[in-house]
Amino acid sequence: MSRFIELLRRELRLALRQGSDSMMVVGFFVLAVILFPFGIGPEPGILARVAPGLVWVNALLAAMLSLDRLYQGDYEDGSLELLILTPAPLELLVAAKVTAHWLTTGLPLMAASPLLAVFLNLDATDLGVLLLTLAVGTPTLSLIGSVGAALVLGARRGGVLISLLVLPLFIPVLIFAVGAVDAASHGFPWTGQLAILGAILLGAVPLGLYASAAALKQAAE
Amino acid sequence: MSQFAAENLTCVRGGRAVFARLSFSLEPGTALFLLGPNGSGKSSLLRMLAGLLRPISGRLTWEGQPISDDPEAHGARLHYVGHHDAVKPVLTVAETLHFWARLHGGDSESRVQQAMERFAIKRLADVPGRLLSAGQKRRVNLARLIAAPAPLWLLDEPSVALDKASVKALEAAMAQHRAEGGLVIVSTHAEIDLPEATILRLDDFAAPSQVAA
Repeated sequence: MSRFIELLRRELRLALRQGSDSMMVVGFFVLAVILFPFGIGPEPGILARVAPGLVWVNALLAAMLSLDRLYQGDYEDGSLELLILTPAPLELLVAAKVTAHWLTTGLPLMAASPLLAVFLNLDATDLGVLLLTLAVGTPTLSLIGSVGAALVLGARRGGVLISLLVLPLFIPVLIFAVGAVDAASHGFPWTGQLAILGAILLGAVPLGLYASAAALKQAAE
Repeated sequence: MSQFAAENLTCVRGGRAVFARLSFSLEPGTALFLLGPNGSGKSSLLRMLAGLLRPISGRLTWEGQPISDDPEAHGARLHYVGHHDAVKPVLTVAETLHFWARLHGGDSESRVQQAMERFAIKRLADVPGRLLSAGQKRRVNLARLIAAPAPLWLLDEPSVALDKASVKALEAAMAQHRAEGGLVIVSTHAEIDLPEATILRLDDFAAPSQVAA
């Protein structure tokens, strides 16, 4: 456990000191969502109707932006080999990386969402449900994204390749997250969709950790 | 029984056999010098000994136990110094050393201080990695050897970018490590003084090239 905390602290320290990544992700997210009222017109009814989908699709794209750097830096400067050789399971390293990734992208995305809800005329209850889906859904993005990031190590133009690998896998998360907010806005029960998001997250935890660790070992050979 | 032994190792990279049927065994306190021309497999052998690369055949044992039985225990008993120095541009020298020492399971302030003194990087303790020269980064990487104890040192061309004084410091560190019963395996093209080291010439184990992957 102390190793996990040590790794997490290092990741957060690195993210904090080279700060631009996290800010860029949130900046992209906010700007991309704000473009839509200009593109499809300021009609409040239409905006509120498409708001959950807009926020979620842009959150996916924003999360993609930061994924290609997840392991690339450690791979290039030799840290990855040493991390593989530390006397701790590699899954622990992956868990620390994913947690740090979520804290520096998923959490800021959630924090920026209320602002966007105002732009998109989303009412307060729907915003609450949207935040809940983001809370449960974005860790899944970090976990699945970590597998993609580990698989493309050593490839040229890894960033584009990650998108191709990982975006299709994000579709279920997108469907149930937007479904929950839609149901809530029409006054239907939405906890079922949220429970499915939770189940996807629980499935993604072991899958993401083991698959990423295996891919990292492969990359280091 | 020898402490660390290799039996009939074969290495294949990209469909080409690099070396075959390579064996050695080492007692506590001994050193092994890997010599051979470029491409003879010195780095591959060291990566194999670290457990990063799986041999296509043969096995590695530590005190009689195959290392593949428990890769994490093997990780705990070795230090590997490769071609890259694993120094982050935004972390200071002291932070880097503390991090690796803690991950390796022992972080004592006195050992980190001792490591920095040994490789003369104490006055750089608060300098971030991006301001270090190639030789200084290499010294930070080597200081990991002292900052957390481990019996097996695997050093891949450790003297690259080092000045004369630092090579001397490295030689002294290796001598002390061996005196305490540690093992050192070094590959190099440069002059490193390693008294009474066994010499392993990798071209003696060069494989016929028709072996397929």
